[in-house]
Amino acid sequence: MSELVFKPASELAQLIAKKEVSSLEVTTAFFDRSEKLNEKTFSYLHLDRDKALAAAKQADAELAAGNVSSPLHGVPIAMKDVLTTKDAPSTAGSKILQGWIPPYDSTVVRKIREAAMPILGKTNMDEFAMGSSTEFSAYGPSKNPWDLTRIPGGSGGGSSSAVAGFLAPLATGSDTGGSIRYPAAVTGSVGAKPTYGAVSRYGVIALASSLDQIGPVSNTVLDSALLQDVIAGYDPMDSTSIPTSLGSMAEAVRRADFKGLKVGVVKQLSSDGFQAGIKELFDDTIAKLVAQGVEVVEVDCPSFEYAIAAYYLILPAEASSNLARYDSVRFGMRVEPEGNPTIERVMAATREAGFGPEVKRRIILGTYALSSGYYDAYYGSAQKVRTLIQQDLDKAFSQVDVLLTPTAPTTAFKLGEKLDDPLAMYLNDIATIPANLAGIPGMSVPNGLAKEDGLPSGVQSLAPAMQDAQMYRVGALIEQLYVAQWGAPLIAQAPNLEVANG
Amino acid sequence: MSEITPDLVRHLASLSRILVTDEEVEKLAGELGVIVDAVAEVNKAVSGDVVPTSHPIPMSNVFREDEVRPSLSQQEALSGAPDSADGKFRVAAILDED
Repeated sequence: MSELVFKPASELAQLIAKKEVSSLEVTTAFFDRSEKLNEKTFSYLHLDRDKALAAAKQADAELAAGNVSSPLHGVPIAMKDVLTTKDAPSTAGSKILQGWIPPYDSTVVRKIREAAMPILGKTNMDEFAMGSSTEFSAYGPSKNPWDLTRIPGGSGGGSSSAVAGFLAPLATGSDTGGSIRYPAAVTGSVGAKPTYGAVSRYGVIALASSLDQIGPVSNTVLDSALLQDVIAGYDPMDSTSIPTSLGSMAEAVRRADFKGLKVGVVKQLSSDGFQAGIKELFDDTIAKLVAQGVEVVEVDCPSFEYAIAAYYLILPAEASSNLARYDSVRFGMRVEPEGNPTIERVMAATREAGFGPEVKRRIILGTYALSSGYYDAYYGSAQKVRTLIQQDLDKAFSQVDVLLTPTAPTTAFKLGEKLDDPLAMYLNDIATIPANLAGIPGMSVPNGLAKEDGLPSGVQSLAPAMQDAQMYRVGALIEQLYVAQWGAPLIAQAPNLEVANG
Repeated sequence: MSEITPDLVRHLASLSRILVTDEEVEKLAGELGVIVDAVAEVNKAVSGDVVPTSHPIPMSNVFREDEVRPSLSQQEALSGAPDSADGKFRVAAILDED
């Protein structure tokens, strides 16, 4: 097994730029490992060696001609299957889109290609990104590289397990309620949800349009920053795209310092409901920051208590509307019932066969929340909670630069453990959801292994809208403190996947 | 307790154009009841004078230049269709025969 796969993307980019290794060698190394280990982690739904290697050769040829397309030129990447790719199936983990090859590339995919980054394949996810474990993927669950009997988080568990298992140096994710940050926390990797609108949603298979945001997945903070710099930016094809530049995240990481830093700890997300080992590691992170002279204050966000309730009204409502497009007419599956059915019966039969249980649950819940007579009490109130959460955050950010919370309430749970209890599954997102409701950026950085089970834990850094650079700064500082302690990123302590058994 | 009855689930499923079996209806009624009871909490949080937020980053009047851009060809647009004929999407009958 080539040692190249264990290097961070930033280092691979430098080696490629200096022509010490070729993109072809790097891409081949990740491909060889992915083909061998995907049966263990099931990170990828689709792998395409020929296309990845052709893109790598092209990247090498451009470099030989003196053209450097991006700071990640030649570094391969895995794409969450929520992003449309015109040369590969794009299913969003659903049977209803099995085999669908979109006629266009999403903006993020276009930017990745323009950055000369070979695409290794499409990663597994909960169906239409509805879930926290990948167990709702129509194609089967991905596994956590730290323990193959446990979930890799969701919905982006394909991307998190690919990166944490060194099947890809980088991946993309989509975060509607924590689908980048939660998988990062439970796999000991890094994941960032940029400010809403920082990355184009054009060609992103929609879940809840006012919450969805695409972001980077990696093993180091710098790698995520470099990738966000590649995929972010204004896009006229997305009417919610932010027209101004948020600056370079890689710069924010490189010049990160503790000087004058003020950090807030959210009262509502620092005590009850968190596993003891996670609480202990979070306290350790705060103590490390205090030791560097960082000022830490407690902030009160009382409306966070209602975040999950508001989220599970807004998300199903928007999803029930977005998923109406799977109508058996323009793309995807069609199931024709017996006899001479009308189109309405064809649609109902198609959606019965094509959607899994969680998708049906949320569509029906969203239809209920939007029905007349209930709209004000449910959807209307949930939108007001959004305002209250933003007000809590405005107040908190008037006192501090960033907020820190544990990313996830527990370490990775066992496959199957929460499958029959939808509400228990929803509670995994308790710390990540407020950022989506408010549109602010948030990232998860590893902060150790919990004492009870030896599994990874993450700390979440939240910054005001548009201030993604602050989020990266603090993420980088926390990473520095831990790398100084461990001698390497947390992921270096992960078990050897080649000998691991599920 | 919530009012999610099997009949309501059947009605919502039909509005959602999802065929459901009796077994699914029973299961969904129970699950959705628990979820609705939990999310109904939002009513406790808000009073009348809070302005609802539909979009997290305020933006208004987002327009682009009205100019001709390359778009999908008819063939590309139809490429994923389960059925097509004469350059159009082909579907089952819209109206019942009786």
